[in-house]
Amino acid sequence: MAPMIEIQSLTKRFGSFTAVDGVSFTVDRGEVLGFLGPNGAGKSTTMKMLTGFLHPTSGTAKVCGHDILEAPLAAKKMLGYLPEGAPLYPDMTPRGFLEFVAEVRGFGGGEARRRVDEVIAKVNLASVAQQRIETLSKGFKRRVGLAQAILHDPEVLVLDEPTDGLDPNQKHEVRNLIRAMAREKVIVLSTHILEEVEAVCSRTIIIARGKVVIDCTPAELAARSRYHNAVTVSVGAERVAPVRHGLSMLDGVQSVEDLPERDGTARFVLIPKARRSIAVEVGQKVREARWEVDELRVEHGKLDEVFRELTVTGKH
Amino acid sequence: MHNVITLFKRELKGYFATPVAYVFIVVFLILAGGLTFKVGSWFDAGQANLQGFFTWHPWLYLFLIPAISMRLWAEERRQGTIELLFTLPVTMGHAVIAKFLAAWCFTGIALGLTFPMWISVNYLGDPDNGVILASYVGSFLMAGGYLAIGSFVSAWTKNQVIAFVLSVWLCFGFILIGTETILDFFAGWTPRAVLEALASFSFLTHFTSITKGVIDFRDLVFFGSLIACFLFMNAIAIELKKAD
Ligand SMILES: Nc1ncnc2c1ncn2[C@@H]1O[C@H](COP(=O)(O)OP(=O)(O)O)[C@@H](O)[C@H]1O
Ligand SMILES: [Mg+2]
Repeated sequence: MAPMIEIQSLTKRFGSFTAVDGVSFTVDRGEVLGFLGPNGAGKSTTMKMLTGFLHPTSGTAKVCGHDILEAPLAAKKMLGYLPEGAPLYPDMTPRGFLEFVAEVRGFGGGEARRRVDEVIAKVNLASVAQQRIETLSKGFKRRVGLAQAILHDPEVLVLDEPTDGLDPNQKHEVRNLIRAMAREKVIVLSTHILEEVEAVCSRTIIIARGKVVIDCTPAELAARSRYHNAVTVSVGAERVAPVRHGLSMLDGVQSVEDLPERDGTARFVLIPKARRSIAVEVGQKVREARWEVDELRVEHGKLDEVFRELTVTGKH
Repeated sequence: MHNVITLFKRELKGYFATPVAYVFIVVFLILAGGLTFKVGSWFDAGQANLQGFFTWHPWLYLFLIPAISMRLWAEERRQGTIELLFTLPVTMGHAVIAKFLAAWCFTGIALGLTFPMWISVNYLGDPDNGVILASYVGSFLMAGGYLAIGSFVSAWTKNQVIAFVLSVWLCFGFILIGTETILDFFAGWTPRAVLEALASFSFLTHFTSITKGVIDFRDLVFFGSLIACFLFMNAIAIELKKAD
């Protein structure tokens, strides 16, 4: 089956500056792609080209088989798009705005009303549906933005920083909405928040300075961390010295990093050699030596560390 | 076509969603009336016509129309809603035409609300209603010309104040090239053909000719092609500037 999104060496130059530099990837049905990168990496510019807002300098993209350059209107029909910052017409009410979008999307009369009602219920907008958009909180505005993106039940959703600028509760709500939609749609969402990737994405692409630096699952990304398979040990501060020494001497352990003491409990991290699993080895040692240990926790890896390494040093 | 209607309706409703529209209409009516009665000494002239009313229109529009057109695209770009608009299945041409038509319709409403003037002259005397009708048509066409220029300028900037000032100057240029002063200035050393060509670009020349009571085909062509030309450049300007 053909991929739902096919991006072919997209490039965008602004004057002599190359914002997006030969980006290619495909996204299949059922995937939630986290498009990751530091600010200015070219995430928004890529999305603006994918959604037909900006003309690529070179390269092209296909949405459900429709080329964005050759058949822009057909491609736009397949897409729902939440632009960065969720711009909206401030003078309109959510209902008025959604009815307008429904009409532009080609739904008339009863069908338009049914869809608007449905989407208002889906993103929980009923309480503010008749209020001017400029008077709404950020969280509600974002939901209006999401509502217009999903109103026509598109195959593909493109969301540019959908949770940016929201408080933790609002972030949580928006993520739940995205997760709920993930079952039936292809979603591409950009973010620079790493927890978001772990929370909602099945795949990640990191871009830096306009180029794709890695394309893998969040788990594979975490596995690149030197903290992958590391073991964090918590033990009473008065008993820590022999434990720390003993464990650091194990074969599989590369080094030990201390964490700040908390409520009389000392904590340190055992970094394994070559990211190999050391949990069993550590557990056995603790049992044999009969140390009283509060907690042993296996780490999956720290995404922010991998992210920094890939985007700052450019190493991969 | 369907989308032009949808966008047109949204725009037109937008004018009446804020008090700005009502303020505009009131200001327009007060100025139109005030200039006619006070400055144009309408009563003293002792004529039953609306000449003194229509004479002011080019100057009234010079400031009032840019006040409408300044927000057309500048606001859309400042708010970022232009991204929303052009990622909907809408073409550039449809959007430009719909916005222009809505603004034109709005000025048409304001112009139409001057009908008490027309009733008054008919009550006071026996005016040539054909001339008045032609003048209304001419005024409406001229408003379209100003609007097309203003819409074009508005696409170049996110700043409404800049859009306003630039539009006023550009429109002023289109009035000025038809005035005696400017034509006299060129008269001594410019071939007659060039002089006529210059004058033929003037709003004043065409508007004045229509207010005499005859809607000449050339005047229609002038305003029609001026509007088409500026709307076309408007679309190009949006294409060039929308990324910023
Ligand atoms: N219209 C524009 N003109 C010039 N430079 C631009 C324009 N839009 C974006 N850029 C530049 O392109 C780069 C990528 O921007 P963007 O795609 O918005 O990044 P991201 O969304 O990843 O933060 C940035 O350095 C930005 O300054
Ligand atoms: Mg961005």
